[in-house]
Amino acid sequence: MEENILTIRVFGTGCLRCNELEKMCFNVCAENDIDADIQKITDINKIAETGIMVTPALVINGKLYAKGKLPVKSTLKHWITENIPGYTEKNTK
Amino acid sequence: MFDWLQNISDWLIYNIMGLSEQSHLGSALNFFIYDTIKILILLFIITFVMGIVNSYFPIERIRNFLSRNKLYGIEYLLASLFGAVTPFCSCSSVPLFIGFVKGGIPLGVTFAFLVTSPLINEVAVAVFLGTFGIKVTAIYVISGILLGVTSGIILGKLKLEYLLTDWVKKVWQDSEKENEKFRTEKLSFVKRIPFILNDAWGIIKSVAIYVVIGIAIGAGMHGYIPEGFFEQYIGKDTWYAVPLAVIIGVPMYANAAGIIPVIQVFVAKGIPIGTSLSFMMAVVGLSIPEAILLKKVMTGKLIAIFFSVVTVCIVISGYMFNLFF
Repeated sequence: MEENILTIRVFGTGCLRCNELEKMCFNVCAENDIDADIQKITDINKIAETGIMVTPALVINGKLYAKGKLPVKSTLKHWITENIPGYTEKNTK
Repeated sequence: MFDWLQNISDWLIYNIMGLSEQSHLGSALNFFIYDTIKILILLFIITFVMGIVNSYFPIERIRNFLSRNKLYGIEYLLASLFGAVTPFCSCSSVPLFIGFVKGGIPLGVTFAFLVTSPLINEVAVAVFLGTFGIKVTAIYVISGILLGVTSGIILGKLKLEYLLTDWVKKVWQDSEKENEKFRTEKLSFVKRIPFILNDAWGIIKSVAIYVVIGIAIGAGMHGYIPEGFFEQYIGKDTWYAVPLAVIIGVPMYANAAGIIPVIQVFVAKGIPIGTSLSFMMAVVGLSIPEAILLKKVMTGKLIAIFFSVVTVCIVISGYMFNLFF
């Protein structure tokens, strides 16, 4: 197990936009060769515990980036990559 | 404000495409092009403005404000107003509800928020403004807010806390004034703009298809249904029209963006505005999917009371519209 693996959590009860956000995270990571632990939290008890009131919410490495909104792909990529120390743009395609 | 756009679509349809102004196809196409572009422009402006408001009044702040201050009844109005400016996806209703309960906000005030929030949102306002103009939009917004206040006060007076699910009661007992567990960043206004623009763009992208379909259906009916067509069936004096429209509307769930252009045509062709607005409120404000989600926090009885109170308020507002306009 890597110590500093990137954790991405998508909080949502399973509406369209929550699923979309999760899919976007997977896509961004896949397209940019990013290793991340991506999980969707659908359990309402857990969502309530965190104090999140608007879904879908996106938490990367313990920091809340979005709630109730879908970011555009480039923004999402920016958010994810800024959590990777020393990440440099790879020329994929 | 949009004369230039009308000129462009007139020119495009009647000069370039050579359709006659009197033809059904010509008037339908003209209506479609003009309305689509106008509504998309309005949608962009309004989502952007609402995005700015939202960026400064996030839901947590609203909740904390409501729970910290003694407001002597104004809290219903504030909750309703905040509900109007907060974007809302029906799937958020449970986390929102819990967040409010945890913050120690009374049930009635929470209901005021929950009622207004889906009724008034940036998309509905933009499409309303584009199809009905400023006067009807203002009536809709004001009555949506009043609807939230009235339902909230009635539900608050009924003291229904005992009808919440055990899970909520437990959350309530453990409730402490807690802050979010996650870090967030403070940004300057200039730095916020790209995010707000991105959000606005995201919202438009996700609703554009419904808007276009709605306008297309509206345009089709606009060109082909004769003026005053519906008046022979449903007039202002048809007393049962409002409750009937509301009862049909409650179980339905439709995107506000898609349904407004269609309703506008109904109004243009003779259905009274109050009947139409109350139908629209019933569709957007209450729905079966929402009821199912709320099962987690409310017992069936409470959901039934909640829906009944709001339904009755919508019917009353429908009659009032028809009386005054």
